[in-house]
Amino acid sequence: MKKYTFTEKKDTRSGFGAGLLEAGRNNPEVVALCADLVGSLKMEAFIKEFPERFFQIGIAEANMMGIAAGMTIGGKIPFTGTFANFSTGRVYDQIRQSIAYSDKNVKICASHAGLTLGEDGATHQILEDIGLMKMLPGMTVINPCDYNQTKAATIAIAEHHGPVYLRFGRPVVPIFTDADQKFEIGKAWMVNEGADVSIFATGHLVWEAIQAGEKLAELGIDAEIINIHTIKPLDAEAVLKSVAKTRCVVTAEEHNRLGGLGDSIAQLLAQNNPTPQEYVAVNDSFGESGKPAELMTKYGLDADHIVKAAQKVIARKG
Amino acid sequence: MTENELAQKSNQYRQRILKYIVGANAGHTGGSLSCIDILNVLYNYTLNVSPQNFSSPDRDRYIQSKGHCVEALFVVLADKGFFPEEDLNTLCKYQSHYIGHPTKKVKGVEQNTGALGHGLPISVGNALAAKMDEKDFRVFTLMGDGELPEGSNWEAALTAAHYKLDNLCAIIDKNSLQITGSTADVCNTDPIDEKFESFGWAVKHVDGHDLKALKEAFDSLPFEAGKPSLVIAHTVKGKGVSFMENQISWHHGVPSKEQYADALKELSEAL
Ligand SMILES: [Mg+2]
Repeated sequence: MKKYTFTEKKDTRSGFGAGLLEAGRNNPEVVALCADLVGSLKMEAFIKEFPERFFQIGIAEANMMGIAAGMTIGGKIPFTGTFANFSTGRVYDQIRQSIAYSDKNVKICASHAGLTLGEDGATHQILEDIGLMKMLPGMTVINPCDYNQTKAATIAIAEHHGPVYLRFGRPVVPIFTDADQKFEIGKAWMVNEGADVSIFATGHLVWEAIQAGEKLAELGIDAEIINIHTIKPLDAEAVLKSVAKTRCVVTAEEHNRLGGLGDSIAQLLAQNNPTPQEYVAVNDSFGESGKPAELMTKYGLDADHIVKAAQKVIARKG
Repeated sequence: MTENELAQKSNQYRQRILKYIVGANAGHTGGSLSCIDILNVLYNYTLNVSPQNFSSPDRDRYIQSKGHCVEALFVVLADKGFFPEEDLNTLCKYQSHYIGHPTKKVKGVEQNTGALGHGLPISVGNALAAKMDEKDFRVFTLMGDGELPEGSNWEAALTAAHYKLDNLCAIIDKNSLQITGSTADVCNTDPIDEKFESFGWAVKHVDGHDLKALKEAFDSLPFEAGKPSLVIAHTVKGKGVSFMENQISWHHGVPSKEQYADALKELSEAL
């Protein structure tokens, strides 16, 4: 098992904030809109440097999505910022018709996704957003795993033409990817090569998968860990190549087991190489209040659950 | 174009709206007839939009929020030369771009619309972008009175005033009817003027079938410097065909052969 260490923890939303500033410096067409969550989305640095390119919309998310769609005229690249819940479910029709169906170059940037939002509880802990967004034709869906990857992804989506959903989170998490990485949309990242089981993880679950990989190594299990930061378009080649070798799969995501990364992988495999698969995901339920780590354990999303899922799926290989 | 020529256009447009709705055996008859005079004045008098300048970033923008009245938009765009009118024989047919709601696949259409309450927020975005780029073009959006209860409209109304978007003009096709009945019965939005004024807009009422009054209203934009403008166009659903006027059954009723003939006769006689 390749060794991953970290010296610092930071929230992925801060990676977004840093990336937005960089994207703004790279391209004067980048503009930002926010629905009264500037601090939560870490947009202050962008606003400070480019006050004339920032638009406070207030708590009116449907309006914000429509305005973002409208602002694309003349080549502007609007980045919207609010919580994941209000970036998707609340404004689905706006995104569907005025952004996705209209092929608008809008970047929907969503913080506080999933259970790790913590104390605010179920109303704000959206676990359905990946599914909602990946079902929209033409929508790119990205869920990076740490500060550096989120920053790099934010810079990359500004250079990509088309609607993008960028999902990130609230809590501080280990920084274990390279600071100077080049983010390639749709290209999975090989975290660790292994032979016994393929663990496909996204977002905060990548670090958990690495912890699980170390525990599995102690048990004599050689896990392949792949970071699927881009859920759509899915890197089918990387998934199929890995599965051809390991012949069993664990998917890990901070999302409902219905409609998330696991289902994308299962669909690909069902058509190309039917393979035993275990899901590490929320079992079709809403969340609740608590500390991120407490909730991740209760809802079965931590390293220990990935270890158990790996053991179980290896046994199913036959 | 003289007043008389404009009036003739309105009449011809009405005949064509009915022709293509009959051909498609689908469409939104009453609303298309209620808003056609507004579209006539916009495209033949007010807007700086033509097939020749449609790729110019400086053109005026028109976004039809009440996308279901696409027939009115299509006959006007065809008349302006954006595409051959005979294309509309494929309206709502399999494999045609001329579908039941505006799509950018049709030349001259600025924005895909259909689900209601989208046009105003998008227009606010257009107007904000224009201000940012210090462009002089104006943004127009046509809304139905039935779509006013959509909350996104009121969100956008706030933003338009907040950012002082006096390059934005919203028009309400106030025919006082919607699919279920009268707007007053379904969800009363009156008084619309006071509501928008309190949101920071400058508002004018106009007879939405009086071409001269429409011209004058659009000539006087912005109604107040630093404020978005609202034109409340008082219209009659089904206008121009007596048996369709003010009848909700014509919201998306399609005329029979006989009804179509009667309607054409009435419109021709009015010419
Ligand atoms: Mg109406």
